[in-house]
Amino acid sequence: MVQQLSKILIANRGEIACRVIRTAREMGIKTVAVYSDADANAQHVLQADEAVHIGGSQSSESYLCADKVIAAAKRTGAQAIHPGYGFLSENESFAEALQDAGLIFIGPPVKAIAAMGSKSAAKNIMAEAGVPLVPGYHGEDQSDDLLAAEAEKIGYPVLLKAAYGGGGKGMRIVEKASEFAEALASARREAKAGFGNDKMLVEKFITRPRHVEIQVFCDQHGNAVYLAERDCSVQRRHQKVVEEAPAPGLSEETRKAMGDAAVRAAQAIDYVGAGTVEFLFDEDESFYFMEMNTRLQVEHPVTEMITGVDLVEWQLRVAVGEVLPMQQDEIVLDGHAFEARIYAENADDNFMPSTGTLAYLRHPEVSPYVRWDSGIVEGDEVTTFYDPMIAKLIVWDIDRESALRRLTNALRETRIAGVTTNTDYLHRIVSHEAFQKAEFTTRFIEQYGEALHKREAGLPEPVNLLTIAASIIRNRQQAANQDPWSRANGWRVNAAAKHRICLQTAGAEAATILNLEETDAGIYWPEQEISLRFAKDGAVLVDGLRFHADIAHTKTAEGSSRYTVFSHYGRFDASVYDAVSELIHEEEAGSLTAPMNGTIVAVNVAAGDTVTEGQALVVMEAMKMEYTIRAPFNATVEQVFFNAGELVSDGVELISLATE
Amino acid sequence: MAIITSKVNSRDETFLANKESMQAVMADLQEKAAQIKQGGGKSYQERHESRGKLLARDRIQRLLDAGSPFLELGQFAAWDVYDDYVPAAGVVAGIGRVEGVECMIVANDATVKGGTYYPLTVKKHLRAQEIAERCHLPCIYLVDSGGANLPQQDEVFPDRDHFGRIFFNQANMSAKGIPQIAVVMGLCTAGGAYVPAMADESIIVKEQGTIFLAGPPLVKAATGEEVSAEELGGADVHTRVSGVADHFAVNDEHALDIARRSVSRLNRPAKAELDVEPVKPPRYAEEEIYGIVGTDLRKPYDVREVIARIVDDSDFDEFKQNYGNTLVTGFARIHGFLVGIVANNGILFSESAQKGAHFIELCAQRKIPLVFLQNITGFMVGKKYEAEGIAKHGAKMVTAVSCAKVPKFTVLIGGSYGAGNYGMCGRAYDPTLMFMWPNARISVMGGEQAAGVMAQVTRDGKERKGESWSAEDEAKFKQPIIDTYEHQGHPYYASARLWDDGIIDPAQTRTVLGLSISAALNAPIEDTRFGVFRM
Repeated sequence: MVQQLSKILIANRGEIACRVIRTAREMGIKTVAVYSDADANAQHVLQADEAVHIGGSQSSESYLCADKVIAAAKRTGAQAIHPGYGFLSENESFAEALQDAGLIFIGPPVKAIAAMGSKSAAKNIMAEAGVPLVPGYHGEDQSDDLLAAEAEKIGYPVLLKAAYGGGGKGMRIVEKASEFAEALASARREAKAGFGNDKMLVEKFITRPRHVEIQVFCDQHGNAVYLAERDCSVQRRHQKVVEEAPAPGLSEETRKAMGDAAVRAAQAIDYVGAGTVEFLFDEDESFYFMEMNTRLQVEHPVTEMITGVDLVEWQLRVAVGEVLPMQQDEIVLDGHAFEARIYAENADDNFMPSTGTLAYLRHPEVSPYVRWDSGIVEGDEVTTFYDPMIAKLIVWDIDRESALRRLTNALRETRIAGVTTNTDYLHRIVSHEAFQKAEFTTRFIEQYGEALHKREAGLPEPVNLLTIAASIIRNRQQAANQDPWSRANGWRVNAAAKHRICLQTAGAEAATILNLEETDAGIYWPEQEISLRFAKDGAVLVDGLRFHADIAHTKTAEGSSRYTVFSHYGRFDASVYDAVSELIHEEEAGSLTAPMNGTIVAVNVAAGDTVTEGQALVVMEAMKMEYTIRAPFNATVEQVFFNAGELVSDGVELISLATE
Repeated sequence: MAIITSKVNSRDETFLANKESMQAVMADLQEKAAQIKQGGGKSYQERHESRGKLLARDRIQRLLDAGSPFLELGQFAAWDVYDDYVPAAGVVAGIGRVEGVECMIVANDATVKGGTYYPLTVKKHLRAQEIAERCHLPCIYLVDSGGANLPQQDEVFPDRDHFGRIFFNQANMSAKGIPQIAVVMGLCTAGGAYVPAMADESIIVKEQGTIFLAGPPLVKAATGEEVSAEELGGADVHTRVSGVADHFAVNDEHALDIARRSVSRLNRPAKAELDVEPVKPPRYAEEEIYGIVGTDLRKPYDVREVIARIVDDSDFDEFKQNYGNTLVTGFARIHGFLVGIVANNGILFSESAQKGAHFIELCAQRKIPLVFLQNITGFMVGKKYEAEGIAKHGAKMVTAVSCAKVPKFTVLIGGSYGAGNYGMCGRAYDPTLMFMWPNARISVMGGEQAAGVMAQVTRDGKERKGESWSAEDEAKFKQPIIDTYEHQGHPYYASARLWDDGIIDPAQTRTVLGLSISAALNAPIEDTRFGVFRM
């Protein structure tokens, strides 16, 4: 049935849709994008040859609607559908519906999706195929001796877990056989007391687990290869943060063993296309099957960087029955690659997603070493409707050390303002000694949590503040016309020219008033005894130091000006402090507004209720996380403006309070 | 193109000596200016700020567009005049940009004697209004004043150009379409209450601004009624009940923001048309004026060297270069604006006076603003000159200066003596704005000459009586006269009495003139009709 693809539809959005379009275009295949209301002007729509509007902004009204996607394909004459990742990518009924509609699903067969859909069923299939699973005893016989014997069989250390437990209760790590009996007794007591049931499970305890996954690829002719592994150990709440390939310290033998196991796993379910077999990887290089992802992974670029393979191209070829373009021995690894996921989120505020306009975006220059996969450009909006990933920053170099240096620099050159991003947080992760030495496990972020939130020293605050102030002054002066009154030079009679700029840095209690003078040496801050001026090329000259900086000017939701200094010293943010708007804000303190776009989940109070400080009033959900709006002081509820289930946008008043 | 080629050598001994003497004078000026800017002093300022109020100059800064220049006027007003220390006469006045519009700002400084009006405070306030009226500048009054200074009421209240004139001016400026905005940020009592009441639009700060004809003590004395200041004339009363004020502000910053908003919707007409070209800086450093001019007024120099450091590209197109060359006239640009310059380069003769009259006529005809650089000991005296009619030739120049309706700007760059002052647009000739350099002197004649004249009269008297007068005694007689003239002719003395609009740094002259011309162009340039010239 080998046919040529001439037009495909991409049932996705954002960076992955753009990624697929890129390869399709290189192959001379026309592309059709689908889009929701919110994405009318999104990059994937602009880049595709055609685009079909498929519904409302909520994914459930658009990207998750199989029938709409299929209708769009029919309407545009697309022969195949690439599902990307997420949305419909691992939905077996979608794949089935495509079959029925005579469309090609660029992904595995329906049965393969189904087989891997259930985790426990998948494990049974894998066990039969000889893919290693975490050794353990899950049986009904709970006699002490049997459990001890099972533990012995599994090998110490083992983990004793209450079958109906949770939260660490009824759980014990047992290091050696002599401690088993006592640990079992105490775990049982705790389980009984906590859950009314003392049934125990015994599992291999993996002391230093890493997440290592194998990229596999199969064609319709029974050929299968693996394209090495990716280490995705650095995770936060099971969300991968930084990935790399190959996995540091992995021996060639293990790679082969894992690759073979992954291929066996794929073949066990007659897999076709790109798939990923995820393993739990132990210090001693033993590995255990976790699950198989039957789609292209977010982190696939690191594999592409070290193998030179375009996985999307392979997907498109294999989908129409072509033979795999390479055999196993042709796949040669070269160098080392990292991927860092740039998210619109506030790492310092519990990773709260940040929405808004991406008013300023500069990314590192793309080269054979640096890849920037993104579906967002400057001026685009980050909404609550979808995953707040802005981009994937991928770097490559000849070895891990060089690639890591590149990644560190590239993160500094990733300069985004308008929404809060995790770039500084990522920089701290990859600069951390343990990461540098590749001494990490899946608990890395948990383990070094505090250190990862500590700001780097960077430039002294006065230098940052003065840089912002001087750039504000420069902007004003550049905007001037020739009338001497418009020059914004702060001119005064019989005195130095004066400028007064009031800046508020995040977290600072009070704003800083900079009383500045304009001198021949530049803008002088007498209080700090520093002068600053900009060189012809825009470099900052301060106190004998010359460095390059980007200064982004954005607006906050309240409309005040926000400035961000980006340099290799890191970023620094400050807002122009407006005493009046602050004051008006204070006067309006009796109203409570939505902190972000989202949905009201619950309204706990009604008009006329008396509330006390800290009491939960409204619960909102945004980006799959819940936020509680609490009473800032003791008050009476005047009005409640929304009901549960309603969508609200950032800054709207939810509730008004009255004080005595 | 007529570029002036400077012959100044900045390593020349005279240049260096001049520079040094001028720097010393400038240092003193800047020190005093810095002191004046401290208002009533630290303790009063602290008390003022502790009430949540901004200082007068901070209010102005907040009111102005970010980075706007502020052309302060009458900075030295009342300097060393009264027994009381009244820096800037207790009111800061000047031109600045608000929402892109040049405005006259008059801000009472409550740290200086409660912002009360001394005679010179009144004079300064009226002068600011006069300039505003002349240049069509919207007026913004930042009111924080206890009203007339009662001990000096005779010098403040009754006469034509006293307190009442402020409101007369407000009414008449408003009638001419020159907006009047008052921001009540503190006391505004008795007569002062008319500032907001007469304004087109007024703003008042809660728990801070009060407007009433009589304060609580006077009310109690008069009627026995006991009432708090806030109840009597606070922001709430006036914006909610009386309608004396229009906008309620929660604090100074808020009030100033509202004032800015008011200015943003004034719908001001476009500025007067004037030939403008792209700005070019002078070819020579403005600071070199120090070394050229120096502080010894007797030392001559070529005024073209000064002009070369004030005008765009040092390009000065001279008019009648070879005729009456003790007066230099010609066209140039300052910050792109075409101007006619009249500058002294020695004593005035008949020819120079005629040349000046001709040139002023020309500029008035063409509606080109005039800049006078005044450094004049007077008209030439003697039989020959009287006979050739120097008086009537001087009169021509005075007539021309008097009647010319173009914007006129006078800078006293050296001596300003006698009738020379008249012909060169002294204060009596209504220059739009007039400034003085710190090395300049102003008096009816030079101290030496005055002392000489008086000594001559005295000697004649003594000789008639047959008395003798030793040279020593004569010197003793002359010295106090010389000293008095020096004292009274000094810029501090002059500017304190508002004989000018301020003492300026010679190196800032170009900027001051540029700002002044631009501000003046807010008013249309009128047609000139000259009086009878005596031929």
